[in-house]
Amino acid sequence: MGRLLEVKNLETRFHTQDGTVHAVNGVSFYVDEGETLGVVGESGSGKSVTMLSVMRLIPQPPGEITNGEVWFEGRDLLKIDKEEMREVRGNRIAMIFQDPMTSLNPVLTIERQITEVLELHLGMNHQQARARAIELLKMVGIPAAEERIDSYPHQFSGGMRQRVMIAMGLACHPRLLIADEPTTALDVTIQAQIVELVKRLRDEIGMSVIWITHDLALLAGLADRIIVMYAGQIVESSPVHELYKNPRHPYTIGLLQSIPRLDEKQRERLQAIEGLPPDLIDYPTGCPFAPRCRFAIEKCWEVDPPLEEVSKGHYSACWVKPEGAEIMHQWHASNTEESQ
Amino acid sequence: MSQGDVLLDVQGLKMYFPITEGILIQHHIGDVKAVDDISFTVRRGETLGLVGESGCGKSTTGRAVLQLYRPTAGHVYFDGVDLTTLKGEELRRMRRRMQMIFQDPYASLNPRMTVGDIVGEPLEVHGIAKGKEKLDRVAELLEVVGLNPYFVTRYPHEFSGGQRQRIGIARALAVNPEFIVCDEPISALDVSIQAQVINLLEDLQAQFGLTYLFIAHDLSVVRHISDRVAVMYLGKIVELADRNELYENPLHPYTQALLSAVPIPDPEIEAQRQRIILKGDVPSPVNPPSGCRFHTRCPVVIDVCKEVEPEFKDAGGGHYVACHLVH
Repeated sequence: MGRLLEVKNLETRFHTQDGTVHAVNGVSFYVDEGETLGVVGESGSGKSVTMLSVMRLIPQPPGEITNGEVWFEGRDLLKIDKEEMREVRGNRIAMIFQDPMTSLNPVLTIERQITEVLELHLGMNHQQARARAIELLKMVGIPAAEERIDSYPHQFSGGMRQRVMIAMGLACHPRLLIADEPTTALDVTIQAQIVELVKRLRDEIGMSVIWITHDLALLAGLADRIIVMYAGQIVESSPVHELYKNPRHPYTIGLLQSIPRLDEKQRERLQAIEGLPPDLIDYPTGCPFAPRCRFAIEKCWEVDPPLEEVSKGHYSACWVKPEGAEIMHQWHASNTEESQ
Repeated sequence: MSQGDVLLDVQGLKMYFPITEGILIQHHIGDVKAVDDISFTVRRGETLGLVGESGCGKSTTGRAVLQLYRPTAGHVYFDGVDLTTLKGEELRRMRRRMQMIFQDPYASLNPRMTVGDIVGEPLEVHGIAKGKEKLDRVAELLEVVGLNPYFVTRYPHEFSGGQRQRIGIARALAVNPEFIVCDEPISALDVSIQAQVINLLEDLQAQFGLTYLFIAHDLSVVRHISDRVAVMYLGKIVELADRNELYENPLHPYTQALLSAVPIPDPEIEAQRQRIILKGDVPSPVNPPSGCRFHTRCPVVIDVCKEVEPEFKDAGGGHYVACHLVH
């Protein structure tokens, strides 16, 4: 597999009245051809801002990409001019968002919005574009596409609107699809439809996917590799199986212990992560997770740990690097004892 | 369990919202049948989970139970008293015994009131305490929900989502209720904060012997917190059973599809799971399908489903289901 996207040391700041928000702090990651990368984090973890920075969609001002490189198909996207970047956005990298209603123009028909992309980026005439648009809508599973294409966004349900967004994203055969919480606003049965759709299209077209979410459970059946973000940093990065089996960062361990599972037979006391994420304006020295961490040692408060390899392809930014597998095992055992 | 253990008994509850047309003269042209003839009971001290997707009527059910909406038809017996026949002062007195926790901790707290006023208001409204006594009680309540009593003079905007939800819980607890409707109390919170609030609700239940009607769309959370679970679809309860029975042995095709759609945080399990992908969207509650309401999306539909509404009946051991294929 060739490397499709490589981000090095990305740093994004927002200059606000209250001070500078340290939104993304030295983030490095890559995506290979045909690979699905899951990005998990809570609100304010910097997962969306990272991807918006990659797409150069950060409003400037107040935002500013203060450092980093974004290598895609042999070019640093942060260095190319605006015209070239528009080409990349239209043809090479597509992005879909959480709320399809606000990403679609409410006063234009679906036809107009999809054909515009095709005419602009692929130079099709209107007839060709309309035919292709209908084909795309069929591909994403919109029933009666020939008729529905002339509808307005409000005439579609949330799940159908997300399908339209995906059709628009795929219009120009992108190499990479960035999906920013595309199913968060949808019901779980509709979420399953969209996930199946993206997986099918990924395999058919052979594109790579970056899927951003706050839901660790969702990524288990979807991603090849996962990065976990906290306070604008990557705290853990691992192949999917390894991450769930033996997480090595206290935050990841905490997340897995704090979510109830659908297959939980014995009622287990959840292990909540106490406290709140740090203030990104008054950014802490040392590890940003230290104030909430059960395993913190003195060093954690002073020096921010780097991302270090713990096993092949598995990285953790922690001085302690606790063995998650063991901790989860003990936790299940103690829960079972208590409830007996 | 004996009849005496039932705290809440809901019989044939219907909640229709009229749709009207016209500006000066309003014509009644139809109804949104948000809740359409449901019956269930909640036992003292238990948590009944109510799950379903958006628009299935689960929140409306919670509100109609508390008489925040006056039901179109049906009865709601709370400790033997039919709430639908009460009004004015009588109803207000019953309200002391039943409270609600809301989904949105940003919209459900008055931004111009201090935390002390918000939590203390029910004490004054119900004439339980005032003055110094009220302040002491508020401080005690804040401590119970894990907030610093020193926060009484602060305003809601100074708190995070999870802390605001705690304030809402303190307000609900102020009148010493027996029964609390929790309407999606953690949906607006971040994952790491959700567990804090779930644990708090469990602790309070153990401490004060509370009974919960827990409304949520997250099936994993509902399994965790509930003793029994009811599944709603388009205004109807389609299945109701003990938590493990429902999740291990779902009988209704909708429940089966719903459970199969929920991801489990384990790649090995996920790789082996069979998803039942439902086609299309939920139909409109204005014009629900004939017969079984799920028949338009049901993967195992038969002819009778399109015409005859299945009866909601016990399939054995208190496992209730409304499906023609289950005998």
